[in-house]
Amino acid sequence: MSSALCPEIPTPGFSFENCKRNATLAAKGFPTPKATKTGTTIVGIIYKDGVILGADTRATEDTTVSDKNCQKIHYLAPNMYCCGAGTAADTEMTTQMISSQLELHRLYTGRVVPVCTANQMLKQYLFRYQGHIGAALVLGGVDSSGPHLFSIYPHGSTDKLPYTTMGSGSLAAMAVFESRWVPNMDEEAGKKLVRDAIAAGIFNDLGSGSNVDLCVIRKDKVDYLRTYDEANKKGIRQASYKYPKGTTAIFPNKTQEYKIEVTEETVTPYTMDTSS
Amino acid sequence: MSILSYNGGAMVAMKGDQCVAIATDKRFGIQAQTISLDFKKVFDMGPHLFVGLPGLATDTQTVMEKLRFRKNLYELKENRKMSPKVFSSMVSNMLYEKRFGPFFVEPIIAGLEPKTFEPYVCNMDLIGCPNEPEDFVVGGTASAQLYGMCEALWVPKLKPDELFETISQALINAFDRDAISGWGATVYIIEKDKVTVRELKTRMD
Repeated sequence: MSSALCPEIPTPGFSFENCKRNATLAAKGFPTPKATKTGTTIVGIIYKDGVILGADTRATEDTTVSDKNCQKIHYLAPNMYCCGAGTAADTEMTTQMISSQLELHRLYTGRVVPVCTANQMLKQYLFRYQGHIGAALVLGGVDSSGPHLFSIYPHGSTDKLPYTTMGSGSLAAMAVFESRWVPNMDEEAGKKLVRDAIAAGIFNDLGSGSNVDLCVIRKDKVDYLRTYDEANKKGIRQASYKYPKGTTAIFPNKTQEYKIEVTEETVTPYTMDTSS
Repeated sequence: MSILSYNGGAMVAMKGDQCVAIATDKRFGIQAQTISLDFKKVFDMGPHLFVGLPGLATDTQTVMEKLRFRKNLYELKENRKMSPKVFSSMVSNMLYEKRFGPFFVEPIIAGLEPKTFEPYVCNMDLIGCPNEPEDFVVGGTASAQLYGMCEALWVPKLKPDELFETISQALINAFDRDAISGWGATVYIIEKDKVTVRELKTRMD
């Protein structure tokens, strides 16, 4: 029993307190609903001066598009980014957690964290959960030993490759890479290749769509190119569908209005007297 | 059948010009049997912050109490109001903690950022994957219909009264095509200096 004087310390990690109830509901014919998936095209290549990551921006719940412009290239460290496919919450939360662990590691060691460290941390975390955390990742970054690109699978296996694709659009994207990737590409050719690979996913895979995001990681500089290419522009509306004021019937006597007092404080800085 | 559509309910939030709106139906039912017509699903978490919890009604109330408790502790410890973005990440982390045994709610958050009064809307799936779009968010059993209505009706920079008509018509016409939501609706229009709550006259069948 917990009390105010002796509070129960919450256990870290996942909580399983609803599992028994949810299993009972599942047995009664109410299975646990599906979470948002990013049926995705994510890719990465190594080029002359570093790594280029690419992703589409569609998130789906079953067949409904739940987000038309989501971010799938996640920040891990100043020299590392990570694309995520699979269960959207898992990729988001896993990369956030590894990102904070990498920052602590950087402060502890006092040097730029190598990409293989992030790879090892991610694979050990995913292996621990035996594939129940549905995160398929493409990890790219540059460290003291040069550019590195890894693909990490939900069960914890990893590959180290010069070019890779993941997600439901991986076949379409890989077709582009297999026909056109060469070692030591220059940056413009690399960006064009990654754009075309993502576009192949967007137009040939139903789980991928909307725009192309790119992330170019070099030794000293990172360019996060959000909406590098707007592959699908929305048409312009021809007519106005605005309802005139008073269309919606309401109960006027039930309308409530709450005034909010907004106190605006302006703090003016003044120069400190440092003469004495 | 999905447990998320056991009690029914529809919800939508939209951004406007220096204002934001959140609207919900009021039905509480058990599958096709209607129990109540004034069930609360949208809760105020501060003067400029509202959260809607469509889904399984028991979890709507449990999650609301957990969130209110954590928000109150934050405000006592920090001696400042919780901003919508902070609140969202709190909700997201709380739901993800239960990744392998989730609460059956898909939250919607609407509010104005403190100081700038920028409109903010956000929704999540049941394990807390956040989605922060530029226009609108929907949730509940009529979400497919709401997506259609909102895509057609929403335009940028709507004034508070225009936003009210847009969100109300989007919600009403969406849940009239859904058998397990409707039976009255409430619309909250959140502005810098006031919040207006209106009750809509709707079909009751």
